[in-house]
Amino acid sequence: MSDTTQSGPVLAADGTPLKKSLQKALRAQKLRALALVAPLLIFVLVTFIAPIADMLFRSVENQIVSRTLQNTVVALEDWDAEGGEAPGEAVYEALYWDMFLAAEAKEHTRLGTRLNYEQTGVSSLFRGTGRGVDDIGEDQIDALEDLNEAWEEESFWYELMTGGDGAAKDGSQLSAARERLSTLTTDSYRGNVGFEPGAEISALLPRTVSEYATFAVYTVFVEEDVVAEEEPWEAVKVALIEELKAGADLSGYSGPGAEELRAAQEMLADQPDIDYKAAFLKEDKDWGSIPVWQTIKTYSPPFTSGYFLNAVDLQKTVDGVEARPETQQIYIMLFQRTLFMSLVIMGSCILLGYPIAWILANLPVRTANLLLILVLLPFWTSLLVRTSAWKVMLQQQGVINDVLVWLGMVADESRLVMINNQFGTIVAMTHILLPFMILPMYSVMQTIPPTYLRAAKSLGATNWTAFWRVYFPQSVPGIGAGSILVFILAIGYYITPEIVGGTTGTFISNRIAYHISSSLNWGLAAALGSILLAAVLILYWAYDKIVGIDNVKLG
Amino acid sequence: MATYTLTHVERKPLSFTLPVLALAGGFAGLFVGTAQGSALLGVVGGAVLLAILGFVCVTMLDGAKERPARWAITIAMAVAGFLVGSASGAVVGFLFGWFFGWFIYWIGEGRYRANLVPYLTPGQVLWHYTFRVLCGLIFFFLITPIVVVMPLSFNAEDFFTFTPEMLRLDPEGYSLKHYRDFFTSPDWQQALWNSVTIAPVATLLSVTFGTLAAIGLSSEHVPFKRAIMAILISPMIVPLIISAAGMYFFYSRLGLQGTYWGVVLAHAALGIPFVIITVTATLVGFDRSLTRAAANMGANPVTTFFRVQMPLILPGVISGGLFAFITSFDEVVVVLFVGSAGQKTLPWQMFTGLREQISPTILAVATILVAISIVLLATVEVLRRRSERLRGMSPG
Repeated sequence: MSDTTQSGPVLAADGTPLKKSLQKALRAQKLRALALVAPLLIFVLVTFIAPIADMLFRSVENQIVSRTLQNTVVALEDWDAEGGEAPGEAVYEALYWDMFLAAEAKEHTRLGTRLNYEQTGVSSLFRGTGRGVDDIGEDQIDALEDLNEAWEEESFWYELMTGGDGAAKDGSQLSAARERLSTLTTDSYRGNVGFEPGAEISALLPRTVSEYATFAVYTVFVEEDVVAEEEPWEAVKVALIEELKAGADLSGYSGPGAEELRAAQEMLADQPDIDYKAAFLKEDKDWGSIPVWQTIKTYSPPFTSGYFLNAVDLQKTVDGVEARPETQQIYIMLFQRTLFMSLVIMGSCILLGYPIAWILANLPVRTANLLLILVLLPFWTSLLVRTSAWKVMLQQQGVINDVLVWLGMVADESRLVMINNQFGTIVAMTHILLPFMILPMYSVMQTIPPTYLRAAKSLGATNWTAFWRVYFPQSVPGIGAGSILVFILAIGYYITPEIVGGTTGTFISNRIAYHISSSLNWGLAAALGSILLAAVLILYWAYDKIVGIDNVKLG
Repeated sequence: MATYTLTHVERKPLSFTLPVLALAGGFAGLFVGTAQGSALLGVVGGAVLLAILGFVCVTMLDGAKERPARWAITIAMAVAGFLVGSASGAVVGFLFGWFFGWFIYWIGEGRYRANLVPYLTPGQVLWHYTFRVLCGLIFFFLITPIVVVMPLSFNAEDFFTFTPEMLRLDPEGYSLKHYRDFFTSPDWQQALWNSVTIAPVATLLSVTFGTLAAIGLSSEHVPFKRAIMAILISPMIVPLIISAAGMYFFYSRLGLQGTYWGVVLAHAALGIPFVIITVTATLVGFDRSLTRAAANMGANPVTTFFRVQMPLILPGVISGGLFAFITSFDEVVVVLFVGSAGQKTLPWQMFTGLREQISPTILAVATILVAISIVLLATVEVLRRRSERLRGMSPG
């Protein structure tokens, strides 16, 4: 059947061309290898790479301002930040709607804390205003309720807003309310609210219905109450008052509460307008402060470089980027200190590690293996054990001081201060990282034939020349590998500086930890972490180029 | 080693022996002198004493009766030490005596040249031994902190320092109370339990995934090998504080923050690079024709893996697992952020202990951990040699 001429392609046993068959086999092998790697790759991507990416995202993310002050941010767009005047009434009105809802959902304090990183005092401003925001428009609400007690009744309001049974409904305000709340709190609000606005009232009093719908969604999903049984928020009434005063045309309206609405509109015509700006200024005069508004405007966009600027002691203002006040400048200093101390630690590790690596590589194998245990034991010992050991050694009542006093070299009353400063951190970390220097150096020096040195000497080189011109250049790769490893490890150390570093011996990582767990300024922590990460990745890349990551040896 | 000598060993002239011994004696005397109040007296006394001893031993006894002479010096120094500073003084005196007894003959009889090549100049000999002493000091620096912790953990007082009773070697000064504390305190026991439940599960995860991936990576047909490798090794390179911060943020979004599984996953991720590195290193020497031979004889890939490949790479897998285990068992930064009070591990408890209430119970725990690490170290060493022997790489 098959044509077996000599000129055709070489065929495999099953009749397919050999080239094709080989390709297929190769592809299968490739796929199998990938299938073996895939589970771990996915695991690492999810448990490790995604968290790192999340941290990078957090260092620029700034949606809290635009999420919490949804209306204000829009209103502020027209405000001239450099004009030297506080914003107009429209901004304060927008602020009222935002603040009221934020205060109900208790989101205003978070925003206050966030903005406080940029402008001190904002936190207390938001907290104070959050408590007093429901008093705004009090007089007008009182007048409304004095006119007819129905305005205090939950069932009346419910009737008014739904338009009664069987009335045409309009769901758009309700979905807008869901949207508004889920933007604010980042939770989702799906499900039955037990309320649907009437179409007629929605067209007539849109603002009021919108506020009522927000109130309804919040009542059902957060407070887990029934809408019809709860009296609406002050903001709903303020919205009604605003719309009635603005001259909503009630003439054609015949739904529930038509009488009451007309009476209210008539009465409100004599009432003064609600002055939001005055009301906010009464709460706190800082609402008239231009820097506060400038800060809010500067941090309105959803992404900001603010955290990164902060991490290098700069700040963002309406005039552009400028240096922070002298008293707040600490990060550049901390980065410099981290860098400097890591270099010192690396240097002392080279100084102490080189002789050890040399002697291990040049002793008989049996002795070298015994001595290697002295290097490996600290390497395997828990970091906490070694750190507590150094605490025991270095403190003022510690072992070193005791020995010095016992030897009479230091007077009992003038014991050396060796802990809670840079010295303590450097000594302890040199000890902890020394094995990471010795092991790579040792593995490189093992490969240098001792005959080279003897050859150099027999050619007339002195001991020093032989070492410096022949041996040392060959050991440089070991020094390089060890140095980068030690430097990478040192630059991100947290535990040891935290325990023996005091205030002057701490690293940038201690500041990151502080921002995560104490000051809760996560954005700044993420920005500081990203800078540190960038530094480490550059070193990692260099390490890969010089040593190759697959050449890392352990023990 | 002492069975043969490269260099002819001969007695040194007194003009060399005595000054060297005087110098050493003066140096030792300096410490004794300052401790007793007069440095000058110590230096002179030490120098004179050692010079006389050297003269007596080397010249008068003519190098004979070496053993009795050394014992005499040792005992005399120990007694002198006891008179000055009771029990611990006696120990120091004994060590001094033992050392100088040996040193006098080592110098006087010229034995220090025994293992050196004959053509070295005196300066080179001096440098050779100075270098050894320097290395000794560095080894001392490496090992002392770990050794110092051990006796302190038997302290009868709640101090972090040696009490006078301990220095007098008084049994009253020692007790097991901190160990009792560790085994009875609910805090420490909970921490121990947490460590013991978290580390093995994390290890299991990283070993399973890691071994499979290492086998996949050892095939030469993997695309993007370098990039994949870089990603898999990255948990070891990225500073722990950054991993901790990232995991804290991300795991709180997923609701894993403060849960057992959150900590386990985090620790598994941190342990993976160690498994990858050790297992790939073992696979470098693995003979691929063995799997082909197995396939040839009709074994399916699973059988081949478990019956042929696995037994050969097992030492590497186990030592990778031990690395992963110790990583999780020792880890504190990530658990500090990703865990909550319910996942407090031993290192975490030690960390809070060191920061807040300092109690020598920490040192008792430290001693136990050192013992554990010695066991682990020994296991890894044995495994490494076994693996090298199995693969015929070195005679072990």
